Amino acid sequence: MIRRVGEHALLVETGSLAASHRLDARLRLLVDVDEIVPGPETVLVVGGRADQLIPLIEQLDHGPVHDLDGETVEIPVVYDGADLADVAALAGISVDEVIARHTGSEFVAGWLGFAPGFAYLVGLDPSLHVSRLDRPRTAVPAGAVAIAGAYSAVYPAASPGGWRLLGHTTLPVWDVTSDSPALLKPGTRVRMVAT
Amino acid sequence: MASVVEVVVPGPYATVQDFGRRGFAHLGVPRSGAADLPSLRLANRLVGNAEDAAAVELTFGGAVLRFARGAWVALTGAPVRASRGGMWAPFWVPSGETLEIGVPYEGLRTYVAVRGGIWVPPVLGSMSTDSLSGLGPAPLEPGTVLALGEPVFGLHADVAPQRSISAEPTVGVVRGPRDDWFTDDGFATLCAGAYRVSQDSNRVGVRLAGTALRRARAGELPSEGMVAGAIQVPPDGQPIVFLADHPPTGGYPVIGVVASADLPKVAQLRPGDRLRFRAVR
Repeated sequence: MIRRVGEHALLVETGSLAASHRLDARLRLLVDVDEIVPGPETVLVVGGRADQLIPLIEQLDHGPVHDLDGETVEIPVVYDGADLADVAALAGISVDEVIARHTGSEFVAGWLGFAPGFAYLVGLDPSLHVSRLDRPRTAVPAGAVAIAGAYSAVYPAASPGGWRLLGHTTLPVWDVTSDSPALLKPGTRVRMVAT
Repeated sequence: MASVVEVVVPGPYATVQDFGRRGFAHLGVPRSGAADLPSLRLANRLVGNAEDAAAVELTFGGAVLRFARGAWVALTGAPVRASRGGMWAPFWVPSGETLEIGVPYEGLRTYVAVRGGIWVPPVLGSMSTDSLSGLGPAPLEPGTVLALGEPVFGLHADVAPQRSISAEPTVGVVRGPRDDWFTDDGFATLCAGAYRVSQDSNRVGVRLAGTALRRARAGELPSEGMVAGAIQVPPDGQPIVFLADHPPTGGYPVIGVVASADLPKVAQLRPGDRLRFRAVR
């Protein structure tokens, strides 16, 4: 289903994150519009002419795009986060097991939001699905590796934050001076590597 | 030496704005840019700049600018009285002189374009201050020095009068995309009465208070892409109209989207003003 969003945008219901990523990848090759924004179950297309875009989207092959599979990024993580012991206690496992399950998770960058370069990484081991902090921190440093709910993330810049901190990485995930400022884009596969 | 403009007094809130950052929403980057784009365009045309040159966006006026060298200046948007010149017309500020800008007698955001355009180092292709993410230059402070670029075109207009800015406008709204998250009378309710503009409105969005819009379903909407003009409705039922610095994705349902030609009217609303919606196709 394709929904109108005002006069200049369309919201395509894809039903799944994988389908959102496939449509995002295909549209990016085919059309020059202002924005293509994938979400967990939708893709927003901003700009362009709806009377041309709707038939194009409707006739697109929504199957897998093998040559467009996201690249894989390995993130070196020092597991020294302030919430590591609490997460272990909440999950009822040891700290070593938390690290093993975080590094063993096969993550995909689902979508970005909250802050520039902040990717919601899906694929977190279900045993690590813990709630956010009751009281968010006023300052979380850039590079903090954290989890909350079904997601993991790397804080791209210092900001307030309510996710539970497992560790940190020195790998920059956000660089405004680059033509491609975000290391983790929708569809990027991610593995955490303990260092 | 490049000519410069010194901010002596910025007023309550002043930023550098151009057309904003296009093409980065999927990376979590707001569009940003002038809240009232047609006023920025006009200001730039009046001083012979490219339409997308950067200018100063004042909120509630009240600024004092000192010009190290003489410059052509134009004021558009919320009309103000100034120590020189007038609205919607290029005027000359001599070398070393200051321009004192009053509080607008209607509307909220006044644009100050200077011939040559304000120049600050671009971030992701734009010189705009993004109040949500912090990208771009910091908001203007006393002592901020702004460089100017080179003029592009000649001066052609003497004056370009504009319609007055309403404190109780009716704006068009296109239904959806998530009107089905609300009760059957939800969209009709939105278009029935006036909503008052709240004090905590800003460049991210205009927060409204009025008849609550009730949801027809429980649960949470998965996060999805947002546009400027989107009328997002949090659980309390009080709508928020997104402006230039809106988050690129959001999780509250959007009952309708303000017609693009009417969005500048929303961007000029002050706290306490009243806004009405009218359904358009």
